[in-house]
Amino acid sequence: MSKKKTTVVSGFVVAIVLLLLNVLVALRIIDEYTSQVLTIAGINVIIALGLNLISGFTGQLALGHAGFMAVGAYTTAALMMKLNIHVFPAIIGGALMAAIFGFLIGLPTLRLRGDYLAIVTLGFGEIIRVVMINLPDLTGGPAGLKGIPTYTTNFFWRPVVSFALVYFVLAFVVVLLSNLLRSSHGKAIISIREDEIAANAMGINVFYYKIFSFTVSAFIGGLGGALYAPFFGYLSPNMFNFQKSVEFLIIVVLGGMGNLTGTVLAGIGLTYLQEVLRFLKDYRLVIYPLILIVVMIFQPSGIMGLFGNREFSLATLINKLNSERPTQEKSSDKAGEVQ
Amino acid sequence: MDFLQQFCQQTLNGLSLGSIYALLALGYTMVYGIIKLINFAHGDILMVGAFVSYFVLKQWGITPVTLMLSFLPAMLFCLTLGVTMEKLCYKPLRNQPRINSLITAIGVSFLLENGARVLPMIGPNPRVFPTLPVVNYNWFGLVSISQVQILVFVVAIFLMLVLNYIVSFTKIGKAMRAVSFDKGASALMGINVDRVISFTFVLGSSLAAAAGILFASAYPQIEPYMGIMPGMKAFIAAVLGGIGSIPGAVLGGLILGVAETLTKGFLSSQLSDAIAFGLLILILVVKPSGLLGKPMGEKV
Repeated sequence: MSKKKTTVVSGFVVAIVLLLLNVLVALRIIDEYTSQVLTIAGINVIIALGLNLISGFTGQLALGHAGFMAVGAYTTAALMMKLNIHVFPAIIGGALMAAIFGFLIGLPTLRLRGDYLAIVTLGFGEIIRVVMINLPDLTGGPAGLKGIPTYTTNFFWRPVVSFALVYFVLAFVVVLLSNLLRSSHGKAIISIREDEIAANAMGINVFYYKIFSFTVSAFIGGLGGALYAPFFGYLSPNMFNFQKSVEFLIIVVLGGMGNLTGTVLAGIGLTYLQEVLRFLKDYRLVIYPLILIVVMIFQPSGIMGLFGNREFSLATLINKLNSERPTQEKSSDKAGEVQ
Repeated sequence: MDFLQQFCQQTLNGLSLGSIYALLALGYTMVYGIIKLINFAHGDILMVGAFVSYFVLKQWGITPVTLMLSFLPAMLFCLTLGVTMEKLCYKPLRNQPRINSLITAIGVSFLLENGARVLPMIGPNPRVFPTLPVVNYNWFGLVSISQVQILVFVVAIFLMLVLNYIVSFTKIGKAMRAVSFDKGASALMGINVDRVISFTFVLGSSLAAAAGILFASAYPQIEPYMGIMPGMKAFIAAVLGGIGSIPGAVLGGLILGVAETLTKGFLSSQLSDAIAFGLLILILVVKPSGLLGKPMGEKV
């Protein structure tokens, strides 16, 4: 099968699966509660994918993604409530605003390395939160912002629309990132993670690629936040604290740093686990950090590390089923692989 | 005169707060100097220290003597905790990428906070730390100093002198300096690197416990998440003074404390946290090695 044909077929398969899931939600075979949990999981996965780009693939630990999520969410809410803009352009506006923030924050901070960068991004995440608490006109202050218009007021369609939109965006982000990582930009980004000095010596503009990666990462984080605002209809600055940023980090670490498949699996799994473990009440709070520590000590490459850190690729699967030699695909599948 | 009076008073308050930050910053800087790890959980050791002292004081009642005595169990408990943490969580990761230890440290920090939160005897609600009745002494009508502030200064200066003695004049202190200078070479010279690292955690954690009691005496409300902000600020102080440098940590702590109280006194109390992070970003962009740190060359 030609490459083009494979792409068309995989797109088709993804569309069918998404449509099928939506039909299940619409028919309430997946009940409203589960679909809501899955929608939240989808949003978490989107933001964690963004974080994985900068932390897993570029190797720059960032701890402020809740801040970008907040920027995206509040911008979307403000656009919808103050300027009466339709929800879809408002979501794009929110994501773009987060990207602008990412670019501006990245300029001074990405000159720093490792631990310093982690602390400074953490600091910026906190500053964003503190500033938001002090802007009551725009954000409702510490009490939060109520009455954000939801996707639709129709009770029957509401879960379906949010679910469909979130998973459509999720598919878009996955395609965007996997293509990005296979491009020359992606190779440059990964080379920075592997050895920054060597990458620099090979003529890669390390600072440019870090900024690029950080901005895209912030854009995706903002996108997740933007989807969140009209889904919940309520925002409060304290939703976006350091704990939230660490939750995304846990997803990335558990799935495997630098592995998209792992992030998707871990994101959905962890969000679902959080619901299953509701009966444990506050004891849940202890389980998350324990997961983080145990994974880091015993399986630092995450769950996908158990599978040789390969990415799941629909194209490869289709080619395999078609039993043709997928020589071209095979090499590009390893884009996200750690040595 | 009024402005001058307030300025002096805020500076004094800042120096007192800054000494607490300095004690905490010493732990960050020593651990970083030796294993190049930002021990995120260091701020939470402060919380643990405050709680140990709280339980001891509740048992014994609060007098100046019991307050001083409560430093002992708090410091002992925290140094045990610090060493356990190091052996269980950081040691297995010593030869892995530094980002892994950093993430583990974040995990340990959350584990301590949330662990304290779910423990039935601590719980999520803030508690009132027992304090001595407030006595204020007036100095030349210019500033008034409370006995808590005197306690903070005395304890902080005493502990810093002890630390200085240990690091400068004892055998283990010499080993610490050697390990922080070159770990490989000092291992070749017969220094037990593992022991030195554990000892560093002992020193850092006991200082953090002392800082916790002082912090709780100055701001007598304790809860599981109380360590986050002081921990963050102390880290900023350590970076400000030049991470890895012991005098730098003290200087950075004092500067940060004064900057914070002056911001609170003259600008806005909500901005003080943002100012601290702003200061960190500024120093990292302008002079990443800090005020007293040595510039680090890039090794390939």
